[in-house]
Amino acid sequence: MTAHLLELEDVQTQIALRRGAIRAVDHVSLTLDPGETLGIVGESGSGKSMTALSIMRLLPRAARITGGRIRFKGRDLADLSEDEMEAIRGTEMAMIFQDPMTSLNPVYRAGWQVGEPLRIHRHVDKRASIAAAVDLFRKVGIPDAKTRVDQFPHQFSGGMRQRTMIAMGLSTGPSLLIADEPTTALDVTIQAQILDLLRALNRDYGTATILITHNLGVVAGMCDRVLVMYAGRVVEQGTTEDVFVHPEHPYTWSLLRSIPRLDATGHEPLRPIEGSPPDMGRLPAGCKFHPRCPFVIDRCREEEPDLREVRSQLARCWVTQAGRSLDSPDGR
Amino acid sequence: MSNAPAIVIAEEPIRRAPVAFVELVRTHRRVTVGVLLVALLFLIALLSPVISPHDPLATDPDNSYLRPLSPGHLLGSDELGRDLLSRVLWGARVSLPVAFVAVAVGLVGGGLIGLTSGYAGGLVDLLLMRLMDALLAFPGLILAIAIVAALGPGLRNAMIAIGIVAVPVYARLVRAVVLQLKEMEFVVATRSLGANPARLIVAHFIPNLLNPIIVQVSLSAGFAMLAEATLSFLGLGAQLPTPDWGQMISSGASFLTNDPWLAIVPGAAISITVYSFNLLGDSLRDALDPRLRS
Repeated sequence: MTAHLLELEDVQTQIALRRGAIRAVDHVSLTLDPGETLGIVGESGSGKSMTALSIMRLLPRAARITGGRIRFKGRDLADLSEDEMEAIRGTEMAMIFQDPMTSLNPVYRAGWQVGEPLRIHRHVDKRASIAAAVDLFRKVGIPDAKTRVDQFPHQFSGGMRQRTMIAMGLSTGPSLLIADEPTTALDVTIQAQILDLLRALNRDYGTATILITHNLGVVAGMCDRVLVMYAGRVVEQGTTEDVFVHPEHPYTWSLLRSIPRLDATGHEPLRPIEGSPPDMGRLPAGCKFHPRCPFVIDRCREEEPDLREVRSQLARCWVTQAGRSLDSPDGR
Repeated sequence: MSNAPAIVIAEEPIRRAPVAFVELVRTHRRVTVGVLLVALLFLIALLSPVISPHDPLATDPDNSYLRPLSPGHLLGSDELGRDLLSRVLWGARVSLPVAFVAVAVGLVGGGLIGLTSGYAGGLVDLLLMRLMDALLAFPGLILAIAIVAALGPGLRNAMIAIGIVAVPVYARLVRAVVLQLKEMEFVVATRSLGANPARLIVAHFIPNLLNPIIVQVSLSAGFAMLAEATLSFLGLGAQLPTPDWGQMISSGASFLTNDPWLAIVPGAAISITVYSFNLLGDSLRDALDPRLRS
């Protein structure tokens, strides 16, 4: 166990609702090394964003980390005071968000906002922070940077705003960047540009990146390793290549199979995953995916599997742990 | 691990677009008019000792009930022969500060309550807002009269009373905007950059609150002016012989049939003042909206 940049061990995060607590993040463990890119994939409500917010310790008021450990650069984040955490946020870890329309403050000029972390942490004055913003704008590929820093967010397009967010996150040179669905709200050509930018920044500055997405294509193009989440749990984890070439969890398998292929011959029907995402307040017994699983066996309904090594990755599935491969489902 | 993007300060200085208020005033004609009118009112209040032709308190029984445009008395004189123009000019020294102190009381009190309520939420929010509802349940003027009656008549107590009446208005306004802001992603985004809650509120929430507050200040400056005039009219505000607009209307009311200008002149002063503030607030709201700024 040499020093990982970030290490999550059995992290549990609960959200208190009127009808009881739900386990939004359930015993999630992961590691991230310097310079690495990790993808976290899952449907809405699978606990991806909650995992990210747990790391940043920016959970909504109703949510609480109830167990486990989050270690960042050797320090247990749970031991840090709020002040110490604030000193880390924006310097050593930064986050960019899904909706670039609302993640910038509408009353401030873009340059002022990009300079905010520098003013908070480096105590530079307004002038210098805006000068730095011009430089950052150039780095993230915003043309005409000098004019742009003087403009308001509403004068920017979605892609520009996301670039602005990235510039803001990068201003202090963090070693960890969490991108929570950074391309979901953008159209496809802009998505590609933003991903290219993230990839270039990762390559040039060695910023370790956690990329949260529900888009498998994004993961395939960007990530070294991938973590698949379902109902707050990690169901599969491995290198991107292993997971994509031979998924060892039926959920991953279904996700991959549901992507329409351009090279399909004839009229291949779309293959959605049957059923709908589980109600987090009333999870089924046993494996949480079993009601939707085409490979389901009796044991799945009674007992929940652990995350165990299957071939070269980790998977939480009785079927593959027993040595069967996911080629085509039987019983259908 | 910090082979991070180095922060290079740009070689040449950048020209910052002038954010200055002057620019705003220059480019928006309605703001220009509003600012000029309000500035004029303040100037009048400031300079009234210099510019008024007579002592506002000096009686002159030989020249009472002079009509407006009489020689030496541009706006006429009242039942005791006091020069109306001088009294109206001096009245600005009473009405403007009263309105401003009252609005400030309402803004600070209501603003703090609204920020606390909106940001904290939960039980704090519930209790504070029920208290505000209780205050709002009374018609504004009745509440102000009740408070002055309890505290005793006088300008200082009138200011406090009018301020208290304005508190729930600001509290609800600020709370509503804070609730809206709290849902925006830039709140988490700003926190993720390391801003603490105090910085979030002061540097990020308050500027977002300015526009609605400016509009509300103009409206409640108008209300405060009227309320002060009403309280003085009822004898609960400015006391004789202070030249106060409301108080002047009150004493002029008895002569409405034969010498209506005794009430019309101070009434017009109140109208012009209220209009000026409303125009300023209204035009600033339009001009300050970042979505409308080009």
